[in-house]
Amino acid sequence: MDHPLTSLDWNLLLAVPAIPLAAFVVQIFFGRHLPRKGDWLPTAGMFVVMCITVRMLFVALGAAGHEPFFHESVHEGGPVFGWFYQAAEKADGLNLVAGVLYDGLGAAMLAVVGVVSFFVHLFSMGYMKGDRRYHIFFANISLFTFAMLGLVLSDNLLFLFIFWELMGLMSYLLIGHFSHDPDSPRIKQAAAACKKAFLTTRVGDTCLLFGMAMFYYHFQTFQFSEMWRLAAEEVARNGGEYPTWMTVAGLFVFGGTVGKSAQFPLHIWLPDAMEGPTPVSAMIHAATMVAAGVFLLGRTFPLLSPEVLQVVTVVGSVTALFAATIGCTINDIKGVLAYSTISQLGFMVAAIGTAGGAVGTVGIGLVAGLFHMVTHAFFKACLFLSAGSVIHGCHHEQDMRKMGGLRKKMPLTFTAMLICTLAIAGTPLFSGFYSKDKIIASAWEVVLGHGGWTGPFALVCLALAAMLTTFYMFRLIFMTFFGEPRDQHIHDHAHESPAPMVISLLALASLGLFGGKMWAMDGDVLGKHTWFESLTWHVDHETGETEQFLYPGIDLTQMNIASAAEARAHDPEHTAHIGHDAHTRALIVSLGVLLLGVIGAVLFYLLRKIDPARVTARLGRVYTTIANKYYIDEIVDGSVIRGTMVLSRTQTWIDENIVDGLVLLMGRIHKAFGFVCAWIDKNIVDGLVNLVAGVTQVCGSVVRMLQTGRIQQYVSFAVAGGILLAALHILS
Amino acid sequence: MALGAYIGVSAALFALGLICIISRRNILYVLFGVEMILNAASINFAAFNRFNGGGLEGRVFVVFIIILAAAESAIALAIVLNVYHLMKTVKPSEADFLRE
Repeated sequence: MDHPLTSLDWNLLLAVPAIPLAAFVVQIFFGRHLPRKGDWLPTAGMFVVMCITVRMLFVALGAAGHEPFFHESVHEGGPVFGWFYQAAEKADGLNLVAGVLYDGLGAAMLAVVGVVSFFVHLFSMGYMKGDRRYHIFFANISLFTFAMLGLVLSDNLLFLFIFWELMGLMSYLLIGHFSHDPDSPRIKQAAAACKKAFLTTRVGDTCLLFGMAMFYYHFQTFQFSEMWRLAAEEVARNGGEYPTWMTVAGLFVFGGTVGKSAQFPLHIWLPDAMEGPTPVSAMIHAATMVAAGVFLLGRTFPLLSPEVLQVVTVVGSVTALFAATIGCTINDIKGVLAYSTISQLGFMVAAIGTAGGAVGTVGIGLVAGLFHMVTHAFFKACLFLSAGSVIHGCHHEQDMRKMGGLRKKMPLTFTAMLICTLAIAGTPLFSGFYSKDKIIASAWEVVLGHGGWTGPFALVCLALAAMLTTFYMFRLIFMTFFGEPRDQHIHDHAHESPAPMVISLLALASLGLFGGKMWAMDGDVLGKHTWFESLTWHVDHETGETEQFLYPGIDLTQMNIASAAEARAHDPEHTAHIGHDAHTRALIVSLGVLLLGVIGAVLFYLLRKIDPARVTARLGRVYTTIANKYYIDEIVDGSVIRGTMVLSRTQTWIDENIVDGLVLLMGRIHKAFGFVCAWIDKNIVDGLVNLVAGVTQVCGSVVRMLQTGRIQQYVSFAVAGGILLAALHILS
Repeated sequence: MALGAYIGVSAALFALGLICIISRRNILYVLFGVEMILNAASINFAAFNRFNGGGLEGRVFVVFIIILAAAESAIALAIVLNVYHLMKTVKPSEADFLRE
């Protein structure tokens, strides 16, 4: 920590979430009355945020190198917020105190969110023009950006969860944006989609809450750095093994990722979420919010036991492959990108899972997964925005079968989309290559190091998924931009999008090209040193020794990562070359699947040598299964939703017959009792009262006779009384 | 003269006053009766004072009673006037609305 952050740096970091929050407050209350409905306000705010995050990224890059770049405001006098509750037994009062955590991962993610959010804001100024709830849209995406930036900066799991939930809410509101517009043709679908997204992610969020509760119960803290330290101590105390409760809690935390990052089987909400406006899909459902699940894995990695990592690997691999197969059958341009996003998130999750078993290069999978999260944010946001531009240009037509030949009509959109397609396919020199190559390499290292069956499984799934990714992405490009126009009317009216949209597209496309590695500057095309790696780990290429910077002071090789050093001591000849071998093989595999995918797409959709209809007919039931998304929605509908409905109907029956019957019975009993009481009241109690009243009345009428009002009579009585008393006195 | 004589006069005066209050039909006579009773009390004070050392206390009381009686008659006469205005009678047997 040679370069502590200055107080200016801390204040800038604090301003990062504060600016979109302030923009939200102004926009939601006064947006309607501002000129241009106030869209310039959040956008200008996001421009400032982008500048700050990029500046802070360069601060981090300048300090990074051989030492971890890791700053916690709680320990370094930065901004700290006390929570309402402080446990008495914690003497230093650090319990449930929220501060800012700014490390390599946070710096990278913060810059990604800042940059992507700004361009999405800019894009929205063109795309959402004329929308009925234009100002509300900008207010909502501002608040969403606030939540995402806050999540990245949180130094504790509790605040991460709070922002996580806030993002879930904003996702719900933004997916359902058109459900409040009575003129929208898809008002019902939008309403259903936002409800589905909210409820499905809720399953994962509940799991995450359970996991958090379990960790808090044992560690008494939510602070990430404390949790890592305590987890390391716990593992060391347990003889190098993770205790069972940590495996269970880790699985629960991973449940949060499954929900938020749309992993199998909770992925079903993400394709439906495409009902939201396209900028929302680009920002929330491609670049930032769905990446938060992967970010959570990155933040909690030392807490996950090797068993959890195996589950993570399998779930990620399955998701990557199965979403990629579906992606090949979709005709909706946004639908393809949605399944592509699920598939790519599967890549990231699987990569983090394989980090546990890779022996050649310590932690390669972890860094690869997080790096892919960063590069994916750039090119997928750009792809979505390009798709939005196409949809905008084609007057809200989303079906690719009606497009075609748009290359000449929309040259800039085509350029941006082509660059990002090459990036997602993993073409060398493009950003996706550097991260995807490392993911495959990590899987290879598990295979070569005999790290269990999950390695070969992940490798096969991911290689196939990568091939299919290339295939369906080029299918999208060829169907949309090449060939003859299939719908002359749409083609005739298609036009290039306005300036703000095109600027955003080209900016993000250049990030899709250079965001992984500025190879143009140093000529290191194969990417041994990428900027992200210099923030997160250090590899000594002479000795092959690696060191991670993400969790300073934590030795992951003693926890959940297979130790290369131990393996090397066990079999030095073999292990020394694993890292090198894996990289070579990964390069061959990724280039091989890239070529296969491109050739396939060219044959099918550009040259039309093979008729897709014949192939689908040959595949028969397999194709229908894939085209129907493996019937997952139907299965969920049949099991969970029907089950819930049956359960609720049973409960209604119980409620109506048994509970209501009991209530009615009690009612009758009380009514009978009431009759008895009323009789007693009317006859006995009232009789007594009337008796008392009657007696009093009789007495009164007797005494009233004495009451003549004649003063002299009263005096006579008084005198008589006095005489009587005197007589009694004398006589006694 | 012995104390008994004074007490006798006083008792007689008291009795006369009382009879006057109870029996007379005109309210003015009732007031006369009240005055007589007060005077009976004064005689008692004077008598006891004389036979009990001859200090000033009794005499002061008598003076007070005379002043009191004057004040009382003034107020009583005002009440009588009001009663007459209200009921057009000064007969106590007819002014019987205390009964109400």
